[in-house]
Amino acid sequence: MAQTEFDVIIVGSGPGGYVTAIRSAQLGLKTAIVEKNELGGICLNWGCIPTKALLRSAEIYHFMQNAKDYGLSAEGVSFDLQKVVERSRGVSKQLNTGVGFLMKKNKVTVIKGEAVLEGKNSITVSGDDAGTYKAKHIILATGARPRVLPGLEPDQKLIWTYFNALKPDIMPKSLLVVGSGAIGIEFASFFNTMGADVTVVEMMPKILPVEDDEISGMARKSLEKQGIKILTEAKVTGVKKGGNNVEATIEKKGGKTEVIKADRIISAVGVQGNIENLGLEKLGIKTDRGCIVIDEYGRTNVEGVYAIGDVAGPPMLAHKAEHEGTICVEKIAGLKPHPMNKSTIPGCTYCHPQVSSVGLTEQACKEKGLDVRVGRFPFIANGKAIALGEPEGMIKTIFDKKTGQLLGAHMIGAEVTELIQGFCVAMGLETTEEELMETIFPHPTLSEMMPESVRDAYGRVIQT
Amino acid sequence: MPVTITMPALSPTMESGTLAKWLVKEGDEITSGDVIAEIETDKATMEVEAVDEGTIGKILVESGTADVAVNAPIALLLEEGEDASALDGFDAGAPAAAPAADAAPAKEEAAPAAAAPEANVAAGPAPTAADGNRIFSSPLARRLAKLNDLDLAKISGTGPRGRIVKRDVDAAIEAGTAKAGAPAAADAPKAAAAPAPAAAASAGPSDEQVLKNFAEGSYELVPHDGMRKTIAKRLTEAKQTIPHFYVSVDCQLDDLLALRSQLNNSAPRKDDKPTYKLSVNDMVIKALALALRDVPDANVSWTSDNMVKHKHVDVGVAVSIEGGLITPIIRKAEEKALSTISNEMKDMGKRAKERKLKPEEYQGGTTAVSNMGMMGVKSFSAVVNPPHSTILAVGAGEKRPVIEGDEIKVATVMTVTLSTDHRTVDGALGAELLKAFKGYIENPMSMLV
Repeated sequence: MAQTEFDVIIVGSGPGGYVTAIRSAQLGLKTAIVEKNELGGICLNWGCIPTKALLRSAEIYHFMQNAKDYGLSAEGVSFDLQKVVERSRGVSKQLNTGVGFLMKKNKVTVIKGEAVLEGKNSITVSGDDAGTYKAKHIILATGARPRVLPGLEPDQKLIWTYFNALKPDIMPKSLLVVGSGAIGIEFASFFNTMGADVTVVEMMPKILPVEDDEISGMARKSLEKQGIKILTEAKVTGVKKGGNNVEATIEKKGGKTEVIKADRIISAVGVQGNIENLGLEKLGIKTDRGCIVIDEYGRTNVEGVYAIGDVAGPPMLAHKAEHEGTICVEKIAGLKPHPMNKSTIPGCTYCHPQVSSVGLTEQACKEKGLDVRVGRFPFIANGKAIALGEPEGMIKTIFDKKTGQLLGAHMIGAEVTELIQGFCVAMGLETTEEELMETIFPHPTLSEMMPESVRDAYGRVIQT
Repeated sequence: MPVTITMPALSPTMESGTLAKWLVKEGDEITSGDVIAEIETDKATMEVEAVDEGTIGKILVESGTADVAVNAPIALLLEEGEDASALDGFDAGAPAAAPAADAAPAKEEAAPAAAAPEANVAAGPAPTAADGNRIFSSPLARRLAKLNDLDLAKISGTGPRGRIVKRDVDAAIEAGTAKAGAPAAADAPKAAAAPAPAAAASAGPSDEQVLKNFAEGSYELVPHDGMRKTIAKRLTEAKQTIPHFYVSVDCQLDDLLALRSQLNNSAPRKDDKPTYKLSVNDMVIKALALALRDVPDANVSWTSDNMVKHKHVDVGVAVSIEGGLITPIIRKAEEKALSTISNEMKDMGKRAKERKLKPEEYQGGTTAVSNMGMMGVKSFSAVVNPPHSTILAVGAGEKRPVIEGDEIKVATVMTVTLSTDHRTVDGALGAELLKAFKGYIENPMSMLV
């Protein structure tokens, strides 16, 4: 058998795991990574990336349908769902191969199979590369999977999770999306654009529940305008399956019920950490609400065992996992990484219009009793947005009134997922409103709305 | 409004000058280009020409005034149509335009959250410490420090590369430390208008003045690391506050070299390796320690009220490492065997180069050795490093002709120079110490008993 002893073994090759493996190898640690399915994990194969590929098809389809708005004509615009899906799968495949290449390039040993902790320094793997492997440090990066609501158990046929929704066998004429987080809203947006009749059901009073109220409200209005039916403070209380469709009973606020008939249901009610069958109990590794408990450097309560990414708790986002993993392995290597700061992790949703944010919402600031200044700048007042034909959206910034600290930035509109990083850098470097107002943003760009929003918070906005 | 005539800079490096002579008086009309005064610098006397035209309203700095800071107001010029009443209440020190900071906006009311007036404190540009070095800090940290009247120079940073970030200022606020002194940094604009304080002279030329001497692009700037800053700070302080004097002596090394090879050759072996390998420097350390034991009045530290007389000799040994030097300390060296000193030195020297010494291994000490012999240096003088009172600078051992009786013979000779803090060790005491040192070096067997 090949190598069985390492400095670091990482269990799970999602964006958290494989980035951690590369960083570990860079730091001169002998590194192995265990994966039971595809390299790249959910993000790359069943999440972030293939959904972006689908949404890109939807976006271009939308442009073609509206070609005349730009003085163009496109006759007989249609789509082939299988081709759209094929492209999405191809994108995933390309990146999955890329991760394999990166592992080889960085001399990370890839162990195919499913790992169970044997002791704090060893794992047993079953599968292709079955055997016992030892390492001084074991990092658990097993990710998360769709949460299952009782009565709404996915059956792969009528009730889908994102796995099925990414490879739909049919184009549903009507679709019920349960849950309005990023996953639910992105699929709702995709299938709606492709022509399905979409209803979104959300238990909370607003869609995209983690976003700022104002942004969430604007997203709702925009999606409804595009034809998506949205029911908030509502829940699915029963599902009656037919041969090729379902009847779902929705209980709304005040107890009123409504029956919605749909070809398919997508269950997008959140994800939960993969903490089972890992041997955590045997080692006495602490968990809380379905996630492994770690400190700010990814250390569990058992020395030598670490956890990062989704399995180590929310927010369950690829970029959080990558960062957490990097900090964890740098600490192992004896460097002095800064501890994880969860208050500056951005979030992005790729519906149309896009939504992105970093930091505190206005409501969260109020709850914390912070005295704030709020600035807003609308897309309609931005030259580039108008030229693009994307006049819908807003950039909102929130500052601490006394210190000028940037507490939060919230955006909705075209390409805002690419804009948010500017505010992430600003927060990371601890700028105040002054530096943001003094920074020269290029014209003509959507980014010009960022300092304008800041100026608005200080009564100095120029273009509105 | 009257125009303020200020002290001109006659050269890029000029900081102040003497206003030698006014060539105009109050009430004189002048036009642009008129010579109005003569100014002396340390290098030359030059004429000052008027830039604007008008009437000299008031002369603020009399002829013959020395040390007038560049840009300090020296006279007020009345513009056409103005009479002397325009001078009433005019503050020459005030900047011409109102500060822009508060000028923000007539639209202020329109701001969504504008209610109570808030502290309009600019975070300001990157601040500098008293020594002119930039203090790296985040804008938010600067503003928080200002709002809380804290001195950034007194806060240590935990951000990337030691940058002061919000959490550091928050910690200082919580701990109630780092309060700015009475002349707070917030008064900077006022202070700037006043003539440059004489104390500034000791700080040396400003960074800007240094760089002005070199063409842009002809150099690169390498930021100081913590060690470089410490070296600069401590040695400047040492050379400025300690009255140094120097005593040199030649020591013949031949007996010491012979003993050294004898000891090394007879070193017990463990795992087929000798358990020690003495260097000349190890023996110098031991000799200095024994000399200070014998002359205990020189094994002292200065404090303003007391002489600190040490009971043991802790010898700091300067080790050159990449980017600077560090001085690990052999404690109680007078009690230690040569082999112990040698092995301790090897271990600490190695860890010094890896920058892995613990603070307690390089802080303190009662004397020091700096040896440049291995680099072929004949002799040099070192800077006393407080709390030490002495430091021994050791040159190379080399063959030299020496006169013994009336004969010239060849001997291996090493020149050492003792730098001494005159506050604690006087000349005769320094000489006595060196004599004892020379005794051990030239009769090395006495080090073994």
